[in-house]
Amino acid sequence: MNSQSEQQVRAAIDRVVRDEWARVLSALMSFCRDLTMAEDVLQDALLAALKTWPVRGIPNSPRAWLLKTAQRKAIDRFRRKANFESKRPDYEHMVQLQQRTEEEDLDDDFPDDRLKLIFTCCHPALSSEAQVALTLRTVGGMATPEIAHAFLVSETTMAQRLVRAQRKIKSANIPYAVPAAERWPERLQTVLSVIYLIFNEGYAASTGDELVRDDLCAEAVRLAEILSSLLPGDSEIRGLLALMLLHGSRRHARSGSEGELMTLETQDRDLWDRNAIQRGRAILISALTDGGAGRYQIQAAISAIHSEAENFEQTDWRQICLLYERLYELQPSPVVQLNAAVALSFAESPEAGLQAIEDISSSQALQDYQPYHAARADMLYRAGRRKPAVQAYEIALGTTCNEAEKRFLQKRLDSLRQIH
Amino acid sequence: MQYMFLIYSAEGSGPPHGTPEFDTMMKGYFEFTDEVRQAGILRDTAPLQDMETATTVRVRDGKMDVIDGPFAETKEVLGGFYILDCKDLDEALAYAAKIPTANYGSIEVRPVADFGG
Repeated sequence: MNSQSEQQVRAAIDRVVRDEWARVLSALMSFCRDLTMAEDVLQDALLAALKTWPVRGIPNSPRAWLLKTAQRKAIDRFRRKANFESKRPDYEHMVQLQQRTEEEDLDDDFPDDRLKLIFTCCHPALSSEAQVALTLRTVGGMATPEIAHAFLVSETTMAQRLVRAQRKIKSANIPYAVPAAERWPERLQTVLSVIYLIFNEGYAASTGDELVRDDLCAEAVRLAEILSSLLPGDSEIRGLLALMLLHGSRRHARSGSEGELMTLETQDRDLWDRNAIQRGRAILISALTDGGAGRYQIQAAISAIHSEAENFEQTDWRQICLLYERLYELQPSPVVQLNAAVALSFAESPEAGLQAIEDISSSQALQDYQPYHAARADMLYRAGRRKPAVQAYEIALGTTCNEAEKRFLQKRLDSLRQIH
Repeated sequence: MQYMFLIYSAEGSGPPHGTPEFDTMMKGYFEFTDEVRQAGILRDTAPLQDMETATTVRVRDGKMDVIDGPFAETKEVLGGFYILDCKDLDEALAYAAKIPTANYGSIEVRPVADFGG
């Protein structure tokens, strides 16, 4: 074995881990009905691959090889268990399944159970934090240290979070299944919101110094692609995918030379990712053609309108106002109302925008919401009301923990004070 | 798998005794108990008397300490329980939503620990 082939094997294993992790893990879950064990034996199988593949070459179907090896490891572990007798029915179930796969000389076509895996990870009986971590680990195949890094918590904290969630799945018997028909819409919404949460954590990192974390954005897109490939008929999944591609297309234009946040108004549009925009638009069109525009599709449509404008001034704000009205019907939240008001402030006048947020100014939910104070400050400034604008920027500064946002707001505040 | 359904509500949050709403709620309980009994999944159930009847016992260093009242002063109090045999958590949650108190109180669903193996 030379170093070249060792590298090739490493690369092949990395590829398999990324691409096939969820597929193999979902099959292992059906096999041993225990997520912790399924993960452990898959890790064992990967170690075995690292030893065997450089010598015997990469198997025709790495995925099938991993599954078979992991199944054997699972059976070995079961035999060694102290309470083996009490688990005998589970063991016999596994041996039976394994014999069948050996006989059929398992190829690539073993059943794809990833949907079950996704719905289990996003079960509402798990906390939102746990749903996100589990989905990244289990469906995305992201390593625990990577996830810990992305969410700026220690590896120990993240590992504990994952273990706790896995333990709850097992001990509360959260089913490894797709939800019943009557629960389907709300359960799918939870899955979509978990993916969108991952994207947003990457796109508008709530804490820390970097404004955009590419790895999380890319992972959210990949998860939506997987979900869309498993449920090709669902247009709202495609809506979410389009929204993330279109939003994500602007990620490299979002920070300035000093690491400050750049808003749509000040972004260098040449930095927008044209490929992502094209893909996002094509997916959005296919989703809208299938009808039943949901909230992700409408948000994607708004994002698409921004991506069409050559510069900020040419933005079709009227169209955006109409879309926000539709969105507000589906999702009557103060945050949507705030965005609608901002659109109105450009479509009509800053005063009109300020008026539109009048009745949400008392909303408790918005008092700690940085975008509310920043948007209000901007509209006040554009309306020529400097003093209240300065005050609003000061409040906005006090409500953000993101360094890039702070720099942006400070810059605005400094320039306002200079004029004064 | 057995799950325990702990029925909590704030005192006075349910329909008052003697109103038609109270009768509807009680009827709901009879129907629910009947349903789970018919389904063969009812392991145990009991309503509890109100909080004023509670007494809390602690033993520290071999000394017994008896206190009038519940162990913790909370707004929501335990009013009763069911133990049901359910296929999985989803089935358990579906039953929890059918317990009449779910409409104004909370139902905590806990898997029963199995130490027997």
